[in-house]
Amino acid sequence: MNKNNPIKLTKRGFHWIDERYKLTDLFSFLKKKSVPQYRATIWYYFGGIALLLFTVQVVTGILLLMYYKGTQDLAYESVKYIDTKVNFGWLIRSVHSWSANLMVLSVFIHMFSVYFLKSFRKPRELTWYTGIGLLLLSFAFGFSGYLLPWNELAFFATKVGTDIVGEVPLVGEYFLKLLRGGEDVTGATLSRFFGLHVAVFPGLFTILLALHLIFIQRQGMTEPEDWKSKPVSEKQQIPFFPNFALRELIIWLIVINILAILAVFFPWEIGNKADLFAPAPEGIKPEWYFLFMFQVLKMLPGKMILINGEFFGILMFGIGGLLWILVPFWEKRTPIGIRNRLLTYFGIFVIIFIIIFTMLGFYLD
Amino acid sequence: MADKKTSEGKSRRDFLSILLSGGFFAWFIALLYPIYNFLEPPGEEEVKISHIDIGKVEDLEKDTGKIIKFGNKPVLVLRRSNGEYAAFGAICTHLDCIVQYRKDYGQIYCACHNGRYDLNGKNVSGPPPAPLQKFGVSIKGENVIVFEETK
Repeated sequence: MNKNNPIKLTKRGFHWIDERYKLTDLFSFLKKKSVPQYRATIWYYFGGIALLLFTVQVVTGILLLMYYKGTQDLAYESVKYIDTKVNFGWLIRSVHSWSANLMVLSVFIHMFSVYFLKSFRKPRELTWYTGIGLLLLSFAFGFSGYLLPWNELAFFATKVGTDIVGEVPLVGEYFLKLLRGGEDVTGATLSRFFGLHVAVFPGLFTILLALHLIFIQRQGMTEPEDWKSKPVSEKQQIPFFPNFALRELIIWLIVINILAILAVFFPWEIGNKADLFAPAPEGIKPEWYFLFMFQVLKMLPGKMILINGEFFGILMFGIGGLLWILVPFWEKRTPIGIRNRLLTYFGIFVIIFIIIFTMLGFYLD
Repeated sequence: MADKKTSEGKSRRDFLSILLSGGFFAWFIALLYPIYNFLEPPGEEEVKISHIDIGKVEDLEKDTGKIIKFGNKPVLVLRRSNGEYAAFGAICTHLDCIVQYRKDYGQIYCACHNGRYDLNGKNVSGPPPAPLQKFGVSIKGENVIVFEETK
């Protein structure tokens, strides 16, 4: 046999690295890693789906950067150019938009499953908080990316969204100017959003993601609450590698297919170019994941007992969001194995609330 | 070397540590100060105009409205069905969208959140918390002049 056949070469390469960086330790760690198998195991895949979609975002985002121009005069035209002239430009942009939406969706599902399985409890508080950070960054990615094509809908959505920031007492005005790069949404806003979207947010996201994953590796997967009193022999586990990983891989394939179907058959619209001196178009709506908040703000009257209706709405969402984020703090530690019903009901209420107002946002007027 | 306490109970080590941490703190502030200020956008060049000629009286049909550029602000000029002119700042007082005149409602309308104002700019329904900013209109000969009303 040839001394340089590929298998031997790979082995030699592996040995070379292993000798220096002790890869064997890493592999023995991966061999030991396991995932509990029970009725909720399916929810364990959604973090991985979000991770896949984030990777898709990074790749397609870098590709779009080759042609996109982040200025008021050129942004819309460059996106149009990507859609019409660049080979497969329409596909890359459509995948980027669809994948963004699916990513937010899977992050949502991931968060709710963690909430209902109470996986945020000690000792996993920091995994929850880094997860919340990643969720907020996903929103920030969505919000800033939405403006980049510089079309009408995005322009007004950004006006409204940033104006809401301005409602926050004391610091609101400052942040409004900081975000917009001035008093109004202009080309200055576009430049800032572009920079945030392609440099600042990806950097922060990567750091938080690394922490999030390291925490999970250090602590292992959450076991269901009623397992704590069970003997080890009754706990059904599957090895992470290769069993869980291969299953995740199949799910990834399915997700990539869904993504391809959506991107090809429902290519993302570009709309009309933003005009700073044209009235807001009919049916302006933010991205679906902001829709429930948008709908509530829309339905609140201008004045509510002494305070401004929209301020009241923002205040309520602020308090609600904070309660949600701080759940590992306020959740009354119930004895091991007992479910905290109140927590479950609260979660179900939040989901129903979000679904109802999202539907209203879609179907009203 | 052992710390020698002075009469006030402070050692030389304490003094040095205050000096160093204070110095570090000052250095840190000096680092942040330009960044903080860099991010604050320079004051916009306010396009100082007091009035603008928007053309002939007959240019705008009765019962219609249009958005004009008043410096860098959008202003809604509308002509009521009786031929009278009126002008308002076109920025919705709710969340900053740009309003429009809707003939079918006979009202000024904001499409973002269904805010409505009557033809005097007063908020009449929906979420807007305040009336639109009023602008003055005067007819000079054939021409319509829109001007900012002094408060």
